[in-house]
Amino acid sequence: MRPSRLMLGVAMAGLMASAAHADMTEGGIKIGVLTDMSGTYSDLSGGGSVWSAKKAVEDYLKAKPGLKVEVIAADHQNKADISANTARQWYDVDKVDVIVDLVTSSTALAVNQIAKEKNKVALVSGAASSALTGKDCTANTIHWTYDTWALANGTGSAITKTGGDSWFFLTADYAFGHALEKDTAAVVEKLGGKVMGKVRHPFPAQDFSSFLLQAQASKAKIIGLANAGADTTNAIKQASEFGIVAGGQNLAGLLVFITDVHALGLKTSQGLIFTESWYWDANDTNRAFAKEYAAANGGKYPTMVHAGVYSSVIHYLKAVEDLKSDADGAAVVAKMKAMPTDDKLYGKGTVRADGRKIHDMYLFEVKKPEESKGPWDYYKTRATIPATEAWRPLDAGECPLVKK
Amino acid sequence: MRSRETMIGLVLLGLLLVAPLVIYPVFLMKVLCFALFACAFNLLIGYVGLLSFGHAMFFGFAAYVAGHTIKVWGWPTEVGILAAALIAAAMGLVVGLIAIRRQGIYFAMVTLALSQMVYFFCIQAKFTGGEDGIQAIPRRPVFGFIDISKDLTLYYFVLAIFLVGFLLIYRTIHSPFGQVLKAIRENEPRAISLGYRVDQYKLLAFVLSAGLAGLAGATKAIVFQLASLTDVQWQMSGEVVLMTLVGGMGTVLGPVVGAGIIVAMQNYLKGLGEWVLVIQGIIFVLTVLVFRRGVVGEIWALLSRSKPGQRPGA
Repeated sequence: MRPSRLMLGVAMAGLMASAAHADMTEGGIKIGVLTDMSGTYSDLSGGGSVWSAKKAVEDYLKAKPGLKVEVIAADHQNKADISANTARQWYDVDKVDVIVDLVTSSTALAVNQIAKEKNKVALVSGAASSALTGKDCTANTIHWTYDTWALANGTGSAITKTGGDSWFFLTADYAFGHALEKDTAAVVEKLGGKVMGKVRHPFPAQDFSSFLLQAQASKAKIIGLANAGADTTNAIKQASEFGIVAGGQNLAGLLVFITDVHALGLKTSQGLIFTESWYWDANDTNRAFAKEYAAANGGKYPTMVHAGVYSSVIHYLKAVEDLKSDADGAAVVAKMKAMPTDDKLYGKGTVRADGRKIHDMYLFEVKKPEESKGPWDYYKTRATIPATEAWRPLDAGECPLVKK
Repeated sequence: MRSRETMIGLVLLGLLLVAPLVIYPVFLMKVLCFALFACAFNLLIGYVGLLSFGHAMFFGFAAYVAGHTIKVWGWPTEVGILAAALIAAAMGLVVGLIAIRRQGIYFAMVTLALSQMVYFFCIQAKFTGGEDGIQAIPRRPVFGFIDISKDLTLYYFVLAIFLVGFLLIYRTIHSPFGQVLKAIRENEPRAISLGYRVDQYKLLAFVLSAGLAGLAGATKAIVFQLASLTDVQWQMSGEVVLMTLVGGMGTVLGPVVGAGIIVAMQNYLKGLGEWVLVIQGIIFVLTVLVFRRGVVGEIWALLSRSKPGQRPGA
């Protein structure tokens, strides 16, 4: 914030812009990984996201040396104010050019605004809220890995189409839960499925027994869990104790990560159906990435969020190298939208005008314990949701960047 | 004694005026907001001896009120902040009426319970935005002409608010009213026997404390342009206890120093991740075991020892 340094920076940027070689603020690119390092989401993002960002930089520089890239990280403790504070300081004082990961929606929405104000870049991988590419979309943010709309739509439509046509919802009683329930129910009903009932549980809840008994009594084929984090895992644990899956009903999680399945164990979580955008055991490159990841992260395997961080960093570096400048955040994001994406984990894809990264999504079912052959061998693919169907239509999001 | 206090005050004020040229202003504003919050809290615990474990409800709810009135209803910044502080004071009146009937652990539990009710209300209510909070609260010009969109200008606005709150507390403590509060802290039955209606004094102190906590919360909402569940959560009530204890309970400057220490730790050690919480815990234990008067309390004690006949400033 010291004016002299700022002015020097501006002057330098002006001078360098005319030069032919790369014009990077402060001589290089600085990537900040802002994530949950200590709380509930530290397994699905956290240190693994930092590793993935560093790995992406390493891989990129191996193929195309020349850029100077630095990766720093901080813990936002899932608090929007700490996240906003850190983002401001990073952009203003530490000259961070791009912030990646951003798990939990409130922290991502906060940084989303600051990136716009400071004309920097935010690449959201961990957060779910589809408002990031909807009414809160900006020209400086890209939402990478997944969002609530895709999860609700993917899980709802794929399950209904494959025979799960009667639903009962177990919904966390606050805005996020209501939104998930509403979106999913709409898809189910559109495809001719039936919603047999719903019950709202307090947030956060420890005891789900009475709600689960209602779900059991409804005789619905699918019990949709419109909640997240500890609520979801608690509900799944208790459902297993009630023998709900053994009794022929299936649980559909709307926000589940492989680390949740790992924590629950296959015996408890078997039969659970949900949507994700990436699975480590899908092909050889993913497996190779997962092997390296596990070796560096104490045997844990990467989630779709980690893969998303990797993929988003690669695409960012490509765009910056192409532009030869990282100074103008909106220009970098515009470049990222103009270029097709292509990286080893998410393959080929695009970034839409509203900042939505487009790729296939997958409907997974958790294996039975006897089907699992090795560590973290948890999923079987029930369906692939093609990129054209997986995401909210561009004109339905109310994003001001999209011209009607 | 008085002149020394004035000297210290003027030096600190000078430091606060030039600080943003050296230190990142957003960090300083955060310190000021929490310092005001801790001072408001200290008014209760340090001078009336009431441990409120629910001050987050005033701090956080006022942030929501300021956010909503300014963002959605388009109120001017200063009106929004004032309205938030008044609502916090009104909440303080209701909570105070219920809570001051009890003392000690029961008082703490009643305030905690009521603050949890406010927390759950904030999760459910439409206008708070649930988990996402109220985001992108605009920084409109204050009084229509002071442009606070620049961090540096906003800093001086926040500093002004802090000074108003701080001086109000200072004045309260050193008034006859403040003397009665201290008498209640030292020996409540005796204060009653002297003819003071202690409940009314306590209630007024509680309302004042709640209103100032609200002022701090509303200001924080403007600084970070967001109001979120973090601010109404019970952990926030705990954090302000920590700040006050570390800085020095029952001293004028203690909460300010405590807020500075805790916020600086959160800010500059965040690369250490969860270790920050462990370090905070260790500092808390050390404070309670080794220097119970807190940083400022200990320094005052040292200064007074070198000049016999003077009591620690309060």
